[in-house]
Amino acid sequence: MRLPFCIGCMELIRSDKLVFEYVRRDKNGEVDGFVRAIDEVSLEINQGDFIAVLGPNGSGKSTLAKHLNSILRPTEGTLYIDGMDSADSDKIWDIRSTVGMVFQNPENQMIGTIVEEDVAFAPENLGIEPREIEERVKESLITVEMLGHRKASPSKLSGGQKQRVAIAGVLAMHPKCIVLDEPTAMLDPVGRKEVIRAIRALNDVENITIILITHNMEEVIYADRIYVMNKGRMVMSGTPREVFSKPEELEENHLAVPVVTRLAHELRKAGMNIPEGILTRKELCEAICRS
Amino acid sequence: MQIIVNHIDHIYNPGTVFEKKALSDVTFKAEDGEYIGLVGHTGSGKSTLALHLNGLMKPTSGGIYYDGVDIASEGYDLRSLRGKVGLVFQYPEHQLFEEDVFTDVCFGPKNLGLEPEETEQRAYESLKAVGIDDDRFYVSPFDLSGGEKRRAAIAGVLAMKPEVLVLDEPCAGLDPQGREEILSIADSLHEMLGITVIIISHSMDDLAEHVERMLVMHEGKLVMDGPAREVFMHREELESMGLAVPEAQAVLSDLKKMGLPVRDDLITIDEARREILRVFGRQA
Repeated sequence: MRLPFCIGCMELIRSDKLVFEYVRRDKNGEVDGFVRAIDEVSLEINQGDFIAVLGPNGSGKSTLAKHLNSILRPTEGTLYIDGMDSADSDKIWDIRSTVGMVFQNPENQMIGTIVEEDVAFAPENLGIEPREIEERVKESLITVEMLGHRKASPSKLSGGQKQRVAIAGVLAMHPKCIVLDEPTAMLDPVGRKEVIRAIRALNDVENITIILITHNMEEVIYADRIYVMNKGRMVMSGTPREVFSKPEELEENHLAVPVVTRLAHELRKAGMNIPEGILTRKELCEAICRS
Repeated sequence: MQIIVNHIDHIYNPGTVFEKKALSDVTFKAEDGEYIGLVGHTGSGKSTLALHLNGLMKPTSGGIYYDGVDIASEGYDLRSLRGKVGLVFQYPEHQLFEEDVFTDVCFGPKNLGLEPEETEQRAYESLKAVGIDDDRFYVSPFDLSGGEKRRAAIAGVLAMKPEVLVLDEPCAGLDPQGREEILSIADSLHEMLGITVIIISHSMDDLAEHVERMLVMHEGKLVMDGPAREVFMHREELESMGLAVPEAQAVLSDLKKMGLPVRDDLITIDEARREILRVFGRQA
């Protein structure tokens, strides 16, 4: 059943004052308090959006991510995924096949001994016909540009390649949305680029909703919208240009702006005619030459 | 402590089908108290080199000398070398294990066989050096924030009183503030304590703002060695190795290509800012 507010629109995720608290215990296992990891977070995400979630360590980003495919359930407030209430335990499998997750360390989510087996794992578990599985594995590996490695052992792949195989594994479930929790944190610059390119292709070509959680400010400039979390609260949101136009506010939230944005901001402060919210080196160089 | 790495090779699995040359004729000298960035693409041999520096791995040929003494020579005390050359691995917080932070930091010096008083003194100083507050000393290391855990793990190595500290990707997975905290700790170890600090990192922006000298590894070879400013002048060569230059320097070199009379041998954000303003100040 779709809820009234979803009719006629492409809304995929909506949370209303979502709260998550966990119990803290002392050395003897006695409850000594509650920690509010998510504090009244409300958001709306539409099908096909590319969303980035930024926030310092411990700000609640990962806890929020775990709500999106029902690994955790809200303590208070509501969260609807494609019209399904995430608190409804009957919907848990439907939610998990709607929203796929990719974690920081790809090795933690690899099971197959060869790449194609690994990618086939999820659709096999969904009970899909073998021929269809074969199709899905192939198209998923093509999307992340890993088809040439389909017979390789995951242990022989680079970090970026492993992470792309992990993404293909999620993709083979045909989710509407993929949540990536710091997928590039353990990768080198080349691996980062490969993974970010694959993520952008999923969004542009397949129209899959992307929720990218990261610390890397350079990765989020392609997002349609950025949400900034701190201490469990949603403290800023807007397009990359809007959010990065406020470097001081980001710094208060223990974050930084990309190097070019910061340089642009400093030049502007020193009186040069440079617009706010510059995101790329090309933009900055052109703005400097024009001024 | 002066380090000499003299033409070392390291071959993994020699004589088998898996034979792989991880280090090939690596040579450099580092004087007391240098501040060095070690960079290279994944698989270039950076971490293998780091493991050689405190004797955890032995070169297949060539030698490593500390203050002129070959660490492979007979009777060399490798155990005390490991106290003098501290190695902080990637994600060092995974090695935290004691019941509270203070006990964890005491682990290293205790194993050196020091008196309890000396051990505790060192643990206290190390935790202070990495900016952990007194009220966090007796909490479980697992209750610390990500950045604090990383700093506590570094304190554990500092408590060994190293003269050389090698940090392998010390900022990986931290938020921008956490990164800055770790790097300013590295700065102060270098400046205040005169420790030789070697940082292995993929972030050229971080290195540009901090280290003085850069070593660049590629396919097991040491291909560049010099002041950071000079190394970063070789933008095309670095890019062909899958590496980048600091963003601030890239902006300057792009501007130069577009015809602006800017110097492109500047690498930090502040230098780039001043250079661009200087050029425009003159024109205006």
